[in-house]
Amino acid sequence: MPSISRGFRRRERGGDPTRLPPGQHLEAGFPVLSAGPTPRVPLAEWSFSITGALDAPRRWSWEELRALEPEAVRCDIHCVTSWTKLDTEWDGISLDVLLDGIDTDAAFVTAWCDGGYTTNLPLEDVIGGKAWLAWGYDGRPLAAEHGGPARLLVPHLYFWKSAKWVRGLILRADDEPGFWEQLGYHDRGDPWREQRYQGD
Amino acid sequence: MSPLPWLPVRVAAVRRETVRARTLTLDVDGWPGHRAGQHVDVRLTAADGYQAQRSYSIASPPGAPLEITVERLSEGEVSLWLVDEARPGDVFDIRGPIGGYFVWEPSRGGPLLLVAGGSGLVPLMCIERHRRRAAPAIDSTLLLSARGPEDVLYAGELDGAALTYTRRTPDGWTGYDRRIDAAMLAEVAPPPDARPRCFVCGPTAFVEHVAQDLVDLGHHRALVKTERFGASG
Repeated sequence: MPSISRGFRRRERGGDPTRLPPGQHLEAGFPVLSAGPTPRVPLAEWSFSITGALDAPRRWSWEELRALEPEAVRCDIHCVTSWTKLDTEWDGISLDVLLDGIDTDAAFVTAWCDGGYTTNLPLEDVIGGKAWLAWGYDGRPLAAEHGGPARLLVPHLYFWKSAKWVRGLILRADDEPGFWEQLGYHDRGDPWREQRYQGD
Repeated sequence: MSPLPWLPVRVAAVRRETVRARTLTLDVDGWPGHRAGQHVDVRLTAADGYQAQRSYSIASPPGAPLEITVERLSEGEVSLWLVDEARPGDVFDIRGPIGGYFVWEPSRGGPLLLVAGGSGLVPLMCIERHRRRAAPAIDSTLLLSARGPEDVLYAGELDGAALTYTRRTPDGWTGYDRRIDAAMLAEVAPPPDARPRCFVCGPTAFVEHVAQDLVDLGHHRALVKTERFGASG
């Protein structure tokens, strides 16, 4: 039984409540959450790779990646700290393109990033038109504080899964908890099931 | 693993920190204890069943009665209730403690460098209070950036802290009156060679430039821990 707080009431807010997962509230700005200083890597030294449980690892330089046909993505994003931002607009490449034709027994991926951050995802959650490698936000290059030059975009999961400064995916047979997941956050992180912390 | 339970809490005391901030002391049965720097999720429930939840840093050190300090945000329904309405005897629910990264324990050593922007002081004061009680031999440097003297939390506990006021200074003030920059950090902070454990908390832009300044000054990236709040009402 929740405790009823005397005098507390809903304050009128705009937006469509059916797009708000449980426990979330609408946010107009774009708060930033990260654990340490923002990494800055020259684009000439930047690459994105797919390694681990596959026969032939794949690797793209910044130029090779940007030569691919970008996709415009419009989506709602949900942060575990309880804000939701509707109708965000991104440019990037579907992970389906980068993973196309890969022969693997892996069921999970670890995304790894400049700065040492990692996060784990079921492979199923990054294929089938649900996940992107994004380098543009709101029509502009993705700012470093928001994960530029490129971050994952997996909007159907809590936003810590959309790893900033991402540099690669490691395909794995077993689920291996990443940075926040080792610190008690949920391995999958579905906002509609309110999977915030381990055990939720 | 079972879910972290929602625990009913009763407000035991309300303390005014500034015009916009209150510290609530909470009675909670079954609180498992916390580490310095962690936070709780607060959930308010209206009579009609409507619920809203937000995260707040814990202000009190481990072992002391649980306290959170909340700053009122004009758009924030949860902070408005906690600051303007809550009084002793009121009830709501919390879940926690949460967060295992932005934490400090005496075993992690020092010296400590705590850099706060505005109400980013809350988790840092939790750490500083813990150090004063549990490990006073460990050196600590606290640098606080506030808009003006009326915005300073825990003013009675800031002896020895370095302060800078970015908008309004007290009469006769001869200290810093600008945003924190590399030169100020170099003057105030232990040198990088001392390998201070750096904790930086405040608004996004503040954390972004302080963390970068620390790295530029030669502080080790892995020793700089940050926590940022964007708007979260």
